[in-house]
Amino acid sequence: MEKFKTIISTALPLPINDIDTDQIIPARYLKVTTKDGFGKFLFRDWRYDKKDQPITDFVLNRPEYDGKILVAGKNFGCGSSREHAAWAISDYGIKAVVSSFFADIFKENALNNGLLPVQVSESFLEEIFKISASSKPAVLKIDLENQEISLEDTSLSENFEINGYKKECMINGYDDIDYLLSLKKEIEDYENNLSITY
Amino acid sequence: MAKTLFDKVWDKHVVKQIPGGVNVLYIDLHLIHEVTSPQAFAELETRNLPIFRKEKMVATADHNVPTINQHLEIKEELSRFQVEKLGENCKKHDITYYGLGHEYQGIVHVIGPELGLTLPGKTIVCGDSHTSTHGAFGAIAFGIGTSQVAQVMASQCLIQTKPKTMRITVDGKLSKGVLSKDIILHIISTLGVASGTGYFIEYAGSAIQSLSMEGRMTICNMSIEMGARGGMIAPDETTFEYIKGKKFAPNGSDLDDIIKYWKTLTTDNDAVFDKEHHFDAADISPMLTYGTNPGMGVKIDGKIPLAASGENEKSHKKALDYMHLKGGDSLLGKTINHVFIGSCTNSRIEDLREVANYVKGKKKAENVSALIVPGSKQIEQIAKKEGLDTIFKEAGFSLREPGCSACLAMNEDKVPNGEYCVSTSNRNFEGRQGPGSRTILASPLVAAATAIAGKIIDVRNS
Ligand code: SF4
Repeated sequence: MEKFKTIISTALPLPINDIDTDQIIPARYLKVTTKDGFGKFLFRDWRYDKKDQPITDFVLNRPEYDGKILVAGKNFGCGSSREHAAWAISDYGIKAVVSSFFADIFKENALNNGLLPVQVSESFLEEIFKISASSKPAVLKIDLENQEISLEDTSLSENFEINGYKKECMINGYDDIDYLLSLKKEIEDYENNLSITY
Repeated sequence: MAKTLFDKVWDKHVVKQIPGGVNVLYIDLHLIHEVTSPQAFAELETRNLPIFRKEKMVATADHNVPTINQHLEIKEELSRFQVEKLGENCKKHDITYYGLGHEYQGIVHVIGPELGLTLPGKTIVCGDSHTSTHGAFGAIAFGIGTSQVAQVMASQCLIQTKPKTMRITVDGKLSKGVLSKDIILHIISTLGVASGTGYFIEYAGSAIQSLSMEGRMTICNMSIEMGARGGMIAPDETTFEYIKGKKFAPNGSDLDDIIKYWKTLTTDNDAVFDKEHHFDAADISPMLTYGTNPGMGVKIDGKIPLAASGENEKSHKKALDYMHLKGGDSLLGKTINHVFIGSCTNSRIEDLREVANYVKGKKKAENVSALIVPGSKQIEQIAKKEGLDTIFKEAGFSLREPGCSACLAMNEDKVPNGEYCVSTSNRNFEGRQGPGSRTILASPLVAAATAIAGKIIDVRNS
């Protein structure tokens, strides 16, 4: 997993609530058996029309938005547990997703792929959308070490939550398998001490 | 200290607590299917790791499979490759695999319970969000991503933060024509699609207890549609009765012994939940969804809400535009050309019986294509034994072979662009049943009535 420290980038605004993973990547693209190449299918049915032509006003088709931070409405990533959603976002080149609320499984999938979910307040989110909708794209700085997100050219910044274990993993590029394997003895002890086994 | 049902099962499975509130949780049953497992097998291979407890895994093929001519090779190349890959992986690692043609094949959340693999007090995971279904037995069951599938393969454990607890109590008697699907659609439309995020739900109350195991599974299945990782129901006599005689369930004195333990799996009287909601069964009507998430639901004779002012306005408008529906309108009388009865929400024998009971001696409307896809090979067999296949045939319904089918349209069963489908599945997301498809979620009874009438009618008057 790639290490994550600080990024400064243009925000890609998607001010829609409850974006489900079927929109992030439709089921018909889940038939492959590898993790690569999902970026081209990211938001496929919002990005291209029925004749495969780019829908020009969709954010990913607008040249001024070429950043690494996706900013989406509340409850991002709900629905299916498909990790392909996180793979598609990462493969597209996005490093962090900002929203005021994330679905649980999406959040875990993102963290397991070095994609940082940053939960901000409703008002902070609104501010990003407001700036994005006006003159030029908003620019965000995300500092994982200090758990801080700031909106460049303004005095606005916020702290965000991430549990200590996951933060370590993100910063150092570790993943859960490494840690779980180190617990083999404890897991076996647990199994041996069970009073009820299935 | 007083504990909830959830706490009791969770605490028993904590191998280790890591500072910062993170737990290493032991998993008793790991179900896998073709779509979310290949990259996990590949991960293990890259790291040269064995499967840690292969006897705790069971695999099936469901998402991609065709629902006709399953004895032939899968036509679609990518689907065939993915299903074959699962077979190869299972063979290589010696994992139990119920592939196409096997008498136990079916939708992963349907076969676990009917084989007696799903049991009270277990922790169950699968790379699929509707793993919440298994909570109906008093198990902690939740969906995981593919990285986590690999973690469980490698260690039989997962790293998890303990969720908060929520209890949803539904008391009272259900009215005529109201099924368990309506209960859960009512709950989600009342509380919202993100109301359960961060929580594990316990469903309780006399209306829940009165449900069969099939009905309970329908409720727990859709917990994820309100954002909750899972939902559970305390095991009781209905649960024990269902488990008795199931293929892999304990039997004889083993069963008697374990039932003693299972009986302790109830929430203590003075246990406290982080959140509680109460519903009166009498307030629940047959339900329909009108939008593009399962929370956008109305009573069958209700009106589609007008755009809410404020933050949701944009999403509401986007949903209605997609569905080609107008706020303030009723769905009653709307012409429907497609009906889908199936999915891990409503494809069990009880659902098929409900449909058969309604359509017996009737004929579907000319304009409708009606698909019934049983959840498993075993259900297909029971349906045939009971003569339901003949009833369906005479009514003009097509009874298929088991799989996820039009629930997510990964196989050829799709709803055409722009068409409406009344569906017993669990998700009405944009394009879920095929690009441009417009899904209206409902109970099997409402779906059956729609197919006969060719339009949406109030089942309570028919
Ligand atoms: S039936 Fe639908 S919801 Fe259930 S596991 Fe299959 S695709 Fe998922």
